[in-house]
Amino acid sequence: MRMAYGGLTIFNGLDFALRAGERHAVIGPNGAGKSTFVNLVTGLVKPVGGSIWLAGRDVTATTPQQRVGAGLVRTFQINTLFPTLSPLESLVLALCQRDGAARPSWRAVSRRTVQIDEAQALLERFGLLGAALRPTRTLSYGEQRLLEVVLAFAMRPRVLLLDEPAAGLSTAQGVALFEQLSSLGDDITVLFIEHDMHLVFRYAQRVSVFAGGELIAQGTPDVVRADARVRKAYLGN
Amino acid sequence: MTGTTASANPGDLRAFFVKRVRWKPLELAFWAVWVVLFFVPGSNLVLLSQILIWGLFALSLDLLLGYRGIPSLGHAAFFGIGAYTAGFLGKYGWTEPISGLLIAGLLAGLTGLATGRIVRGLHGIGLLIVTLGLNLILFDFVHRSTHITGGDDGLQGITIAPVLGLFRFDMVGRTAYLYTLVVVFVCFLAVRALVTSPFGLALLGARENTRRMVMLGTPVERDVTQAFGISACIAGIAGALLTQTTQFASPEVLAFTRSADVLVMLVIGGAAVLYGGFVGAAVFMLLRDTLSAFNPIYWYFWIGLLLVLIVAVFRKGMLPTLGGWLARMRGGVQ
Repeated sequence: MRMAYGGLTIFNGLDFALRAGERHAVIGPNGAGKSTFVNLVTGLVKPVGGSIWLAGRDVTATTPQQRVGAGLVRTFQINTLFPTLSPLESLVLALCQRDGAARPSWRAVSRRTVQIDEAQALLERFGLLGAALRPTRTLSYGEQRLLEVVLAFAMRPRVLLLDEPAAGLSTAQGVALFEQLSSLGDDITVLFIEHDMHLVFRYAQRVSVFAGGELIAQGTPDVVRADARVRKAYLGN
Repeated sequence: MTGTTASANPGDLRAFFVKRVRWKPLELAFWAVWVVLFFVPGSNLVLLSQILIWGLFALSLDLLLGYRGIPSLGHAAFFGIGAYTAGFLGKYGWTEPISGLLIAGLLAGLTGLATGRIVRGLHGIGLLIVTLGLNLILFDFVHRSTHITGGDDGLQGITIAPVLGLFRFDMVGRTAYLYTLVVVFVCFLAVRALVTSPFGLALLGARENTRRMVMLGTPVERDVTQAFGISACIAGIAGALLTQTTQFASPEVLAFTRSADVLVMLVIGGAAVLYGGFVGAAVFMLLRDTLSAFNPIYWYFWIGLLLVLIVAVFRKGMLPTLGGWLARMRGGVQ
């Protein structure tokens, strides 16, 4: 896979494979291309060469929406929420979209009890029930980060891509979030970009290190931690 | 996690949506007022019919602007298509009013779908310019096609048969008023059902954050086309109502000033609250009616001044601002 911005070529010949069911961390200094990598995988930007495969299917030419339908869902580094809608409304909306129930109809949203109950269960599971009815813009930053993840999780992804899910969270909140992620079961593959090395080494089964638009190392946390190039380029010790 | 204090039984949150969908006493009161006005001696039924028609037109724009967040400066085009469709039908022998309304709505709706398809990739100013441009093109076409439309003189010789074969359109406008009220109410029910459905939630979602909607797997651009189509259909029905109740159609029905006026009405009343368009239409029309009688020459000056004052006091439009005050008063009492 190859990606170019103007004259700048990054990921020249990147070969990257996620294993089904793993928790995979992507780390690297700012500007290493981590977010671009996620944008490429989800289809928000198109590669200039190469291909992207999802569960044995070439999805390079598909739109982001089609990839969501195929189970490839992401969160954003910056909160991408509905400011005036409540978490409950946001989730019911997401679930109705997932179930194809959001086409023009006269059937009142109150009759979508399956989706409403599922939304409630999700809010309870992720500890957002107390904030369920408040407009999202009045939620604390931590709650908003959490809602970001819950919205993605609600789409029943097979592959979940999280762009710095714990950024701005307290240590306790970050740990709690990652406990949830590791308890999701291995029918979900999770890839996350994260700067907090404690979280990375505690929760990732494999780690990829990006620097300057290249994949410089990949392996188990122990292997990556011991890699001389990684220590030099990134960890700095 | 962040404070798991609340515990709830499965199904508890259903009540929130049930409450949202349920009719509120004020809503019932609003519609009751229109019925009562019919029986009040000396009611200006012609003016009241006009207010209802403008209110429906503003409601159609609300679906697009208030709920989906798409501005249109050319909405009179759809109103005009509906008005002229009803006019041509009545002039050339299709005098049955209800089917006339449906045909007018359908034609306007199809034009709306086509327009939505054209503008769906546009945002902000670009959208305003294109919708305005389409409106102007249509206006000029109707204005200049004198042999078809009668040009400035308007479309004359429109005949409308009695409603359901029973109620003849009379000189004081009693039939016209009731016919208008019923049609507007039915259209309102449809729009209300639409915005309280998951589709309404999806419209709001796309207004709030398009990027998130894409990541929920939504074909966001298709929503734009659909919203344009539905909105245009209702605008067309409003236009057809005007033609049928006045038995006249002139190029004024699709003039740019009409597009601007309806936008002003919606902003005065408040967007995305369903009743904003009706309240705005009532305020605007009553002001215009009173002021033009009071001062036939300078009334535009006074209406301009009053509109500026209204918008200065009611920042978000009358209904949302009043709602905010009411909530604060209640909060203060507790």
